[in-house]
Amino acid sequence: MNKVENGNHLTVDEIEIKLLLDAIFLKYGYDFRNYSRASIKRRITQHKTIAGYQKLSDLQHQILVEEPAFRKLLHDLSVNVTEMFRDPLFYKKFRTDIVPILQTYPFVRLWVAGCSTGEEVYSLAIILYEEGLRERCQIYATDLNESVLKRAKTGIFPISKIKEYTTNYIQAGGSEQFSDYYTARYDSAIMKKFLKDKIVFSSHNLAIDGVFNEMQVVTCRNVMIYFNRKLQNRVVTLFRDSLCTGGFLCLGKKETMKFLSCEKDFIEIADQERIYRKHKS
Amino acid sequence: MNRQPKAIVLGVSTGGWQALNRTIPELPEHFPVPLITVQHMASSSDNILVKTLDQASHLTVKEADEKETLNKGTVYIAPANYHLMVEKNMTLSLSTGQPVNFSRPSIDVLFETAADAFGASLIGVLLTGASKDGSLGMLRIKNRGGLTIVQDPKTAAAPLMPQSAIDLIEADYVTGLDELANLLVELTC
Repeated sequence: MNKVENGNHLTVDEIEIKLLLDAIFLKYGYDFRNYSRASIKRRITQHKTIAGYQKLSDLQHQILVEEPAFRKLLHDLSVNVTEMFRDPLFYKKFRTDIVPILQTYPFVRLWVAGCSTGEEVYSLAIILYEEGLRERCQIYATDLNESVLKRAKTGIFPISKIKEYTTNYIQAGGSEQFSDYYTARYDSAIMKKFLKDKIVFSSHNLAIDGVFNEMQVVTCRNVMIYFNRKLQNRVVTLFRDSLCTGGFLCLGKKETMKFLSCEKDFIEIADQERIYRKHKS
Repeated sequence: MNRQPKAIVLGVSTGGWQALNRTIPELPEHFPVPLITVQHMASSSDNILVKTLDQASHLTVKEADEKETLNKGTVYIAPANYHLMVEKNMTLSLSTGQPVNFSRPSIDVLFETAADAFGASLIGVLLTGASKDGSLGMLRIKNRGGLTIVQDPKTAAAPLMPQSAIDLIEADYVTGLDELANLLVELTC
């Protein structure tokens, strides 16, 4: 047998990470192989330490034979840090530049891809309500992580965050009483039912799943920063194919269509807020 | 260090902009490595500070973009509210993960990922700050064979951050700000 020279010079750690990601894909179908390595490695290493594994190979064996161990790892692999009206100026722009165009449609479908615990979904629902679009819109909120979706569905957030969210809401151009949108119970703020009614929460994995409806708006903010170029290209192609002509794609503050395969299919309409519009193909 | 480093990582907190303004403009136009910086800053700060530093410097100073490829002679500054990480293929990644040491961006996150990516071909620089962020990152750099430079706490606007690193590792250089630019040139050019 010939020995193949390995030009990559992978360290033992890197090889074990690669094997672990392969194991996850082969056993459970979740594909983290095209995530940015530095970040995924950090999260795996943290999980290893907190969950008390000596070696990555121990972790690999355990998640292969025990699904609950895998679910715990899965929870730690995705970044679930979010807030309501995060980057308020984006939401302000959404209200001034996107909403008037949405108002010309008889029915509006919006997809929040990678919605995590739902804070940004409820933020959008509030704006749509205030702008009179509630009765003719449907928000699809998806994530690959079932446990955060469950939390998103409850619409319960820590009351300690409400002060910050209220400030964000006002900076985002909100002019109503923010307290009208939730009920305070002990240390929780529970979002009102009329906001939840317009949201469908569902599992969807951007790395492997496909188009499920035609959308007027897709928001996917601070999700693609965790993907490598190959996966980013897959995901923006999926968004392009999901959007109607003239539909809007909203990315995170530090995300861009530059250098991505579908760049030519979109026009940038707000460079600071990273809002793009699909033009006629 | 017996070969050209692939990058310099620099962490600074309280008193940071003054320290950067005294060091970066002193670096020559043909500085042969990228310099990647985490400066703790308020979450709402705009990049006016980055622009000012850019205008005052021979090198290009810019806010780091995700997936950006590292170039020599360029200074990358972590954007507010994002962790900045280095990949082995000489690109940068961003993350909105939990703050580390109460900070996002965190110096430890940058240093640890850079140490993993570049090993011995890395220089770590830790300057003034009222935080313990950066110490564990310096330890990782040291353990991977990289070179460590810490500001002399006596000369620092806030001594806690450099002192914490000195308590944890034996730094290769302990220096004042006035000598830092020259030292970096000597070690790289």
